[in-house]
Amino acid sequence: MGGHWREAGVKWLLAVSSSVCIIVVLVIFAFLFKEAAPFVRDPGVLDLLGARWTPVSFIKQQFGIAPLVSGSVVVTLLATLLAVPFGLCGAVYIAEIARPLEREILKPLVEILAAIPSVVLGFFGLVVVAPIVKYVFNLPTGLTGLTGALLLALMAIPTIVSISEDAIRSVPRSYREASLALGASDIQTVWRVTVPSAKSGIVAAVMLGMGRVIGETMAVLMVTGNAAVVTLSPFDSMRTMTATIAAEMGEVTYGSRHYQALFWVGILLLLATFILNVAAQRVLRNHQRA
Amino acid sequence: MRRALTDIAVRWLMRCVTYFIVLVIAYIVIDIVWNGAPALSWTFVTAMPKESGAAGGIFPAIVGTFCLILGAIVVALPLGTASAVYLSEYAKNGRFTRMIRLAIITLAGVPSIVFGLFGLGLFVLFFHFGASILAGSLTLACMVLPTIIVASEESLRAVPIYLREGSLALGAGKWQTIRKNVLPYAIPGMLTGSVLAIGRAAGETAPILLTVAAFYLPRLPRSVFDQCMALPYHLYVLATQYPDADKIRLMQYGTALVLIILVLGVNLVAVILRIHFRKKYKW
Amino acid sequence: MHRTVPVAAAVVISILMFGCTPAAQQGKAARAAGKSVTVKGSDTMVHLVTAWSESYMKAHPDAEISVTGGGSGTGIAALLNGTTDICAASRDMSPEEKEKAAREGSTLRETNVARDGIAVVVNPSNPINELTLEQLKKIFTGAYANWKEVGGSDGEIVALSRESSSGTYVFFQEHVLKKEDYTPKARLMPATSAIIQSAASDALAIGYAGLGYAADVGRVKVLKVKADAAAPAIAPSEDTVRNGTYSISRPLHFYTGAGVGPAADDFIKFCLSGAGQAIVREAGYIPVQ
Repeated sequence: MGGHWREAGVKWLLAVSSSVCIIVVLVIFAFLFKEAAPFVRDPGVLDLLGARWTPVSFIKQQFGIAPLVSGSVVVTLLATLLAVPFGLCGAVYIAEIARPLEREILKPLVEILAAIPSVVLGFFGLVVVAPIVKYVFNLPTGLTGLTGALLLALMAIPTIVSISEDAIRSVPRSYREASLALGASDIQTVWRVTVPSAKSGIVAAVMLGMGRVIGETMAVLMVTGNAAVVTLSPFDSMRTMTATIAAEMGEVTYGSRHYQALFWVGILLLLATFILNVAAQRVLRNHQRA
Repeated sequence: MRRALTDIAVRWLMRCVTYFIVLVIAYIVIDIVWNGAPALSWTFVTAMPKESGAAGGIFPAIVGTFCLILGAIVVALPLGTASAVYLSEYAKNGRFTRMIRLAIITLAGVPSIVFGLFGLGLFVLFFHFGASILAGSLTLACMVLPTIIVASEESLRAVPIYLREGSLALGAGKWQTIRKNVLPYAIPGMLTGSVLAIGRAAGETAPILLTVAAFYLPRLPRSVFDQCMALPYHLYVLATQYPDADKIRLMQYGTALVLIILVLGVNLVAVILRIHFRKKYKW
Repeated sequence: MHRTVPVAAAVVISILMFGCTPAAQQGKAARAAGKSVTVKGSDTMVHLVTAWSESYMKAHPDAEISVTGGGSGTGIAALLNGTTDICAASRDMSPEEKEKAAREGSTLRETNVARDGIAVVVNPSNPINELTLEQLKKIFTGAYANWKEVGGSDGEIVALSRESSSGTYVFFQEHVLKKEDYTPKARLMPATSAIIQSAASDALAIGYAGLGYAADVGRVKVLKVKADAAAPAIAPSEDTVRNGTYSISRPLHFYTGAGVGPAADDFIKFCLSGAGQAIVREAGYIPVQ
């Protein structure tokens, strides 16, 4: 009889521990909204839609997040564009073409890239990449969106490689064998049969990579120049949402308008990564089902 | 003939692209090792910083990082493994379970700076912990929780079902079964997962930026309510806050090297554990 | 399983004991007795404050001073939030901030601990040697976008500024930009040294930095500043800042709230002493007189 109570008690305890996850997520959302809410009444959420971000001003504080959003979007899209060819190619090579010995070396190497802390990559970007970008493109300064995108691509590649590789590996052997039996070569099979079958897994990999990139802080803070301009040119300095929070959070007084505006930026970031991650998971689940 | 040539060309193109990535990784690591190795000395690793960080050692930063990791693990490991046990052994596919899984996916995707924002608002200001190891550890714990849960659940699910069924058939209770027949075999995987989580927590800057990190604190932390230095933050500060960057280039590279050694070392431990236990437990 | 539980328990207990050990108790007592002091704020002052702390802690081994930068705004926010003892600020607190402090019921004390000149720095290869305040304003607000417009060679002006959390940013905005906004194209650098680094390596860059940072000549060129087109061009130095002929100079403050312990007071006293002010000169700033 005591055993029965113990069993029930343990189950209850474990369930409660699991609910901590839910609680933490809810608290994060609730807390972010709570701190950002007063901004709605004064000066109003429409203020966020402006194109000037001047939170510190003698004339008028302006909290337009357009430059921050454009900065994040340009850097993320460029990084994804740079990372996908390399990541996909790498994944296909590791999954299909590399010899087992090669695979044993390549996979840990990619994991090493994933393990390098963002601040170390940012430091490397500041000292090595920025001067190269400046020299190659003849720019006034190497602190540009492009430099940030290069570093972020490095961070996205491991994610894309590992998840795409899983997706490619999970394509049934029968597909490959059928293709080879019909006379197609190895390479033709890989690129015309295997990879298209793994398409949704690869899409999910790219989305997860994007999610990681959009949330990156330290590397972009150190190398993008942090200029709050709305611009589409990666050769300009730009300011991402993440860098804004990191740079300005320390100076805001609890409860001030600037504080609330930063929480709105945080909410936007959270929503963007949330949507990307949930969509990616859904795509992954569909792929696994198929 | 054409086909064969295109094939070879494509194959070599792919090889070049893949090895280009390898080259970049190698360049980064070698650059840091090459430029940072001269800085490594017993003094560097064990002495206190002098001249506001431009000389001396980085001992408080190393100790601080260890304290933060320890704090994060102490909170996240019990919660994470308990959640994993629940999800793997007890949960049915009901609404509660789906909510937990959604929460895990969400948490895994939250940007590190949003954790920092949250940690600052909740732990530092709202709970009045102040900038402290406590606030920093709790923030890091929230961040690594999903990693631990996912890794632990995977290792639990890897335990063959017949081990459970045999025990239950003999009349053991569910928890008894788990404790004696499942957990022992899953612990290695859980350990690996936690080690990976440690590696991640050690390298993060954004969550500790405003919740605990101090620029210059040449004393070791004495309680969980103290601030502390930390390796990632110290590297950030060295890289961006010194007037004469060239003079302290050596310190910068040295700190980067120590941080990389720590993070890669931790990951290496995880890999070794994984290989060791895969050999030990072949189902 | 048999091994994990005791290990986990030991870890948890040792963590909790951390709070009870003599060292932790000492730490708590030190904070209660006011022997540990937190200084947060100005990036411009952070090396000065650290130099002071090192010197002070050498003389008083049981004192504990922790220094964090982040910008004057960070320090003031921390002071108002109650998370620091002393706030180092390179600008005056704004009327709103003083009002907020009054609302919270804390009595602020402002102590002038040093003076600083703000140097305007450009790359050594830049042919320009002097600019008027008006020209500086036009450059940093974006009215001038090309070096040609101030008599230099053709090239886009790359304006470097601090982040908005910086007291230097606000001071420069108030006194040089005459309260106008910076151009959105200005690159906001995370710290003064980043400005120096960029100015040293980018031929078209122009930035501003506390004199203490620009003190090592050679890496960057410090421009002479003319109050207006007719005035003489003055280079920043200890003398020109002290006698007021250099147009861009400011006092550096420590702000403290009520209820600050005797250790903080003692530290401030040290900073104002002869030994402390000698450190000010060493760091490249100007002693209070």
